[in-house]
Amino acid sequence: MRRGPSWLHRGALLINRAGRNLERGFEMEELSLHLLDLVENALRAEAGLIKIGIYEEPEQDLLSLLVEDDGRGMEPGMAAAASNPFFTTRTTRRVGLGLSLLQANAQACEGDLTLESRLGEGTRVKAWFTLSHIDRQPLGGWPATITGLILTQQGVEFFYSHRVGDDEFELDTRELRRELGRDALADPAVTAMLREQVQEALAKMGSRA
Amino acid sequence: MAKLKISDLAKIKEQVSRRTSLRNGGAKVKITVHMGTCGIASGARTVLNAAIEELERSGRKDIIITTSGCAGLCSHEPLVTVETQGEEPIKYVYVNDPKMRQIFNRHALEGEVQTQFALARGSEQQ
Repeated sequence: MRRGPSWLHRGALLINRAGRNLERGFEMEELSLHLLDLVENALRAEAGLIKIGIYEEPEQDLLSLLVEDDGRGMEPGMAAAASNPFFTTRTTRRVGLGLSLLQANAQACEGDLTLESRLGEGTRVKAWFTLSHIDRQPLGGWPATITGLILTQQGVEFFYSHRVGDDEFELDTRELRRELGRDALADPAVTAMLREQVQEALAKMGSRA
Repeated sequence: MAKLKISDLAKIKEQVSRRTSLRNGGAKVKITVHMGTCGIASGARTVLNAAIEELERSGRKDIIITTSGCAGLCSHEPLVTVETQGEEPIKYVYVNDPKMRQIFNRHALEGEVQTQFALARGSEQQ
């Protein structure tokens, strides 16, 4: 039986090595991953309260995502450069990808991204999309993402609000901690049930995101 | 308006705290899933979800899971660090769902370092 030429095998091996991440899906294929990325930015900025908004407006055919934190904020010049992929504050590598990827995704769906930041006060990122756009990524595994964040970031409070038309769902960890006790959200059994409740609420509101 | 059912959450919390109130020491094991853009884009959320599921299943109160940013080893993502009290932290690379479950069950629960998934074996030469 003829196999391909030996260079092809070598080539395939090289591609396989170089593309190791691609094989496993190296991409941000869900909007919930972008939201997770934005929240991680807020955590790096030492936020104490992170507000997350997901707003679906079927009548305007619009989906907006909002992440607002009370972290250390940025100077004006830095905020302006933040969505440039060749700008980053990190010292571990030379490119910053998070915001530029989200902006590219939003622009592909007739939307865009804005970033407002004040040094010492916090940062607010808003991205919007045409809800029905064929290139708009799905929200994806959001309930597990937000409850995973709540479980793993015990020092941080989250306020999550989700609107579908006139219908609204809110989750406030400050309120939950008041009602259930300070350590209740450190329990994976509690956050698992919280996840189910978020799932149910999204289904009930008829979320199309 | 869709509402959270706080009474249901309270019931769950009640059951759990009764079950585990005997063990109330500090955290013995800390699992950190690195969640930079690089980690997230290569599957860190799946890894985190797997770790959380295993933690829930184990019912252990002395293991905490947290996330951190990019560790500078983007090409090795997803990265997970497991720190056991009094021992050196171990960094695992190219972690996925089944590897995370194995790392949790063997290393975090049983204390067996899974060297086959670790970044490096042995220690640097002095």
